[in-house]
Amino acid sequence: MSLLSVRNLCKTYGALEVTKDVSFDVAPGELHAIIGPNGAGKTTLIGQLSGQIAPASGAVLLDGRDVTGRSMAERVRLGLARSFQITSILPRFTVLENVAVAVQARSGSSFRFFAPVAAEAALNDDAYEVLAKAGLNHRADVRASALSHGEHRQLELAIALATQPRVLLLDEPLAGIGGQEAGAFVQRLAALKGRFATVLIEHDMDAVFALADRISVLVYGEIIATGTPDEIRNDAKVRAAYLGDEEAA
Amino acid sequence: MIGTATPAPARLSARLWLALLIFACFAALPVIAAVTDDPFLLLIGTRILAYAIAAMALDLILGYGAMVSFGHAAYLGFGAYAVAILNSVGVTDLVLHIAFAVTISAVFAAITGAISLRTRGVYFIMITLAFGQMAYFFFVSLSAFGGDDGTPLPARSTLFGSQALEDDRTLFYVALGLLIALFTLATRIVGSRFGRVLIGTRENPVRMEAIGLAPFRYQLTAFVISGCMTSIAGVILANQAEFVSPAFMNWHRSGELIVMVVLGGVGNLTGAIGGAVVALLLEDWLAVLTEHWRLLFGVFLIVMVLYSPHGITGALDRIARGRR
Ligand SMILES: Nc1ncnc2c1ncn2[C@@H]1O[C@H](COP(=O)(O)OP(=O)(O)OP(=O)(O)O)[C@@H](O)[C@H]1O
Ligand SMILES: [Mg+2]
Repeated sequence: MSLLSVRNLCKTYGALEVTKDVSFDVAPGELHAIIGPNGAGKTTLIGQLSGQIAPASGAVLLDGRDVTGRSMAERVRLGLARSFQITSILPRFTVLENVAVAVQARSGSSFRFFAPVAAEAALNDDAYEVLAKAGLNHRADVRASALSHGEHRQLELAIALATQPRVLLLDEPLAGIGGQEAGAFVQRLAALKGRFATVLIEHDMDAVFALADRISVLVYGEIIATGTPDEIRNDAKVRAAYLGDEEAA
Repeated sequence: MIGTATPAPARLSARLWLALLIFACFAALPVIAAVTDDPFLLLIGTRILAYAIAAMALDLILGYGAMVSFGHAAYLGFGAYAVAILNSVGVTDLVLHIAFAVTISAVFAAITGAISLRTRGVYFIMITLAFGQMAYFFFVSLSAFGGDDGTPLPARSTLFGSQALEDDRTLFYVALGLLIALFTLATRIVGSRFGRVLIGTRENPVRMEAIGLAPFRYQLTAFVISGCMTSIAGVILANQAEFVSPAFMNWHRSGELIVMVVLGGVGNLTGAIGGAVVALLLEDWLAVLTEHWRLLFGVFLIVMVLYSPHGITGALDRIARGRR
């Protein structure tokens, strides 16, 4: 059975059909990549899956349960977390605090007013563990605003991981990262694969073909093809609409 | 813009020292008053203590939660009128006065906060101002308590049945004790789980939502806590002046509270206390110098904002860093 089920999502901005009857399923542990040109509507789709944007029609099911009317925060607590294409962190918090507050969000009440949170070993231990997975543990005590761009992307991933998602929505985790750094990042993602279902949006085709179990191609808000990496690579429609330019370049 | 850093442990303790220094100066004030034989010093001191509590309470939401309430003087009024209203029915105990003030304020803050928090930025400022003015005009129309003119209190609150507060010095020390207790409470709150979430909503509300913490409940809770604390300052003010009137909750007062917080340095509690001290002392001194003291005070504020946008505590930080 699929863990995440997207049924006939539609969304328009004025005359622009930004999401056109989008349906797909993601099985537990599966990594489903969504690729498509700039402005295809990928981020808007993630927004609707995460609850930040309301779809005009259609439904999002998490483990068979309709969450379409649930807020973003409620979905996160049900196990549906996201990362942002444009890094969204708490700039004046340390790296550790950024992750620890996400751990706190899923472990116990945040209506505790007296005990010093900085001294909660359980939160900090969990946060360190997550930082290690994202390759950032050596930067734990640095202010988040002082990180490099690549480190910001790692922190963005770490915060999402800290919520312990069952389904993780990653919006271009590699945005702006290149070369060696990108390789290391892909390796970390590969190591995490299988622990949760993933929807991965990514422009880096090496990363997509290395990581994805299945790929959907989104063009002008519409999924024009879904299949295994091999099927997508050899799909004539996809080559014409998208991959062709990419490989020629 | 709003809010300085989440205080790193080292900085926090520097701020704590500064707060302790201010408290020590306050504790010595009655001695100075006795030596100089100046009875007004204690009354001025008590007034400053009350405003320090109110400014600190405002900083809790303004500095830590980026909620600029322009209606906080309403809670000063609730505190003051809680004393007058209970006195009029024969309930004179200070603890009951505070309990009543806190209860009214909690209800008012919960309702108006829930509505105001649907807006952001300038709209939040305007809507809190509007609610503050509603409270103001409610008490203006309350003819049983003197309406616009207010009403004198027959006596100060009693303390466990005794008239101890009639002594200015006792009232002063009770006010100081309340300031220290509320400062301790606020310091604990900002360092707690709740405080971390509140500061997070100031930093990036969307990020908080995306880790599963919808800001509204935390912001509203902080708003209520802040209103309740401010009302305690109102109870002190009524006892200090032995008089209550809607003037306590005029929108000017709300503006003055914001000025105190910004002057002291937002988002570190100690700054708000320092800001209240400096603003009220300056006001008194400048008023003696010239009747145009507001103008001088305005000039001082502009210079302060230009040269030290993070207020007095920000300037002290800079000096400390320069020395190191
Ligand atoms: N709030 C909005 N109002 C109007 N149009 C919008 C809005 N948000 C996005 N759009 C438009 O919808 C289209 C899809 O945007 P979206 O950000 O989802 O694309 P994307 O596939 O994520 O692109 P990229 O690869 O550049 O990240 C774009 O043409 C964009 O201009
Ligand atoms: Mg995008």
